[in-house]
Amino acid sequence: MKIVVCVKQIPDPADPGSLDPDTKTLKRDVKLIIDESDSYGVEMALQLVDAAGGGSVHLVSMVPNREVSGLRTALAMGADSATLISDEALAGSDALTTAKVLARAIERAEPDLVLAATESTDGYTGVVPAQVAELLGLPSVTFAKEVAVSGGTATVRRQTEAGYDLVECPLPALVSVTAGVVEPRYPSFRGIMAAKKKPVDQLGIADLGLEPGQVGWAGGGQEIVDVAAAPARESGEIVTDEGDAHERVVAFLDELKVL
Amino acid sequence: MDFEWSPVAEDIRQGIRKLCAQFSDEYWEEKDRNSEFPWEFYDAVVAGGWLGVTVPTEFGGGGLGILEASVIEQEIAASGAGMNGCSAVHIGIFGFDPILKHGSDDLKERFLPSFLDGSLHISFAVTEPDAGTDTSRISTFARKTEGGYLVSGKKVWISKALESQRMLLLVRTAPRDEVARPTDGMTVLFAPIDRDRIDIRPIAKLGRHAVDSNELFIDDLFVSDSDVVGAPGDGFKVILTGLNAERVIVANAALGIGRAAIARAVRYASERVVFNRPIGQNQAVQHPIAEAQTRLDAAELMCLKAAWLFDRGQPCGKEANMAKYLAAEAGFFAADMAVQTHGGYGYAREYHVERYFREARLLRIAPISQEMVLNYIGSRVMGLPRSY
Repeated sequence: MKIVVCVKQIPDPADPGSLDPDTKTLKRDVKLIIDESDSYGVEMALQLVDAAGGGSVHLVSMVPNREVSGLRTALAMGADSATLISDEALAGSDALTTAKVLARAIERAEPDLVLAATESTDGYTGVVPAQVAELLGLPSVTFAKEVAVSGGTATVRRQTEAGYDLVECPLPALVSVTAGVVEPRYPSFRGIMAAKKKPVDQLGIADLGLEPGQVGWAGGGQEIVDVAAAPARESGEIVTDEGDAHERVVAFLDELKVL
Repeated sequence: MDFEWSPVAEDIRQGIRKLCAQFSDEYWEEKDRNSEFPWEFYDAVVAGGWLGVTVPTEFGGGGLGILEASVIEQEIAASGAGMNGCSAVHIGIFGFDPILKHGSDDLKERFLPSFLDGSLHISFAVTEPDAGTDTSRISTFARKTEGGYLVSGKKVWISKALESQRMLLLVRTAPRDEVARPTDGMTVLFAPIDRDRIDIRPIAKLGRHAVDSNELFIDDLFVSDSDVVGAPGDGFKVILTGLNAERVIVANAALGIGRAAIARAVRYASERVVFNRPIGQNQAVQHPIAEAQTRLDAAELMCLKAAWLFDRGQPCGKEANMAKYLAAEAGFFAADMAVQTHGGYGYAREYHVERYFREARLLRIAPISQEMVLNYIGSRVMGLPRSY
């Protein structure tokens, strides 16, 4: 079984840098690391290949600046190989453009299954997985909490507000997984050393049959008009215990329908 | 001049940091309080394949240098594990060198696999009650007998002896007054820790309680000829192997403790509000934190230079000793500052800085005292008259 995992490399959320005032997007000329959301997909892929008794895990990532450190982390976890699409022309790509580029790279790998995170930690558009699936003509299953593969079928428990949907779909398919779906392993020393020798295929957009005008700022159909700080969280309600605090807490929780 | 870290060193830093993040300050506080060996941590290090990082690849190790080993040691300490974490594993990660450099093929074949898979624990047994830094005056004696030696004597400050199956044991095989130079006539044995022949008594001490330090009373312990490391009589040379590497690695433990202490101080000084402002806004609180960071970063530069020289096979006695001196001072300054920043709470176990303080103190006396480092620099580096 061959699984492709989409891996985004993002500025370290612990030290995210700043927004570019001209483009109103995050500055990405800093060191990038693997988006933690994607480490769940990598772990899931490794477990599925193990369960299948063999196969390979291939990573696909797109960055403007040739960064590979996030890919190295995923390779050290145990992924077998990677494709990095890196091209200055990609700067400013919107979600759909990103999906087009990823779809072309994924297509070349001819996977049985494509895994992605539900959304990235730095962009939060949450639309790229479904767009990639649509572009590739694959079934798209989102918000997966559990994934199992048997024969040519994926069985997915997908999270909903009310509980779970149990979904079956034929392979190949694209599944987006939620954070916490599995416990990502941390890279072992041997994994780190082995990662040095694993192949990372570096492609430009021309290798994927794309023109500079089709990607990046030029190819995007969107413009970021304004960026504003999120409103500060309102302070919570303080319950002072006058003998009835427990009743008021229960009433509050009841109102939230969490009891 | 290049201050860029290699990708491998960066990945190692991230990898070991993630491993260590599974073990909280509370975990280490509990192990320290109960004097329990941190087996869960040790097993995680083994499972991650981190043992034998510096063992050459032809022996199945990682083939990396002291620079990468330094990164690992510093990250372990900085995670809050401090010396309890470092001492639990660093002999495992760095300690097989004397056997690799001087031991027979037979020794390597018999012990490398269990060393690399973490099942073989090793202690270093050099120091004696009546011969501290003056190593040539050790009195533990190995008497030649059929097929090996019978060893009797006393050793002190032997770490991890309760967990170890073997020790690199320095003995006299010829009396000091019968050899040409005082350092002649000593031999290193890879001796079994045979509890029928060795009485191990843990020493009650100030800190690093999770890893035992012991007195060893050895009575007619048999060590086979096949367990001699290097040539009989050449023990001093064998024991000098890796001494500079040890200095640099221990220096990084001091830096790591300093980093853990500074992180706690910064957090507390930013959060603790007295007189309507965070205490870190007061320069009397802020400046010592900034000074600690400055001292620590300066010490790290010397550590890096020493590791860089060592890994290129260049002489590094001066830099390795200076690194140990500077890092031990900077680490202790940081830990002491962190206690002070926390005020009364700094004395409470709950805030962990008192544990860092107790452990940082250790590194000003071990594995070599600051004074002996200065003796070395004064006489060996600067050519001043030798004082001992």
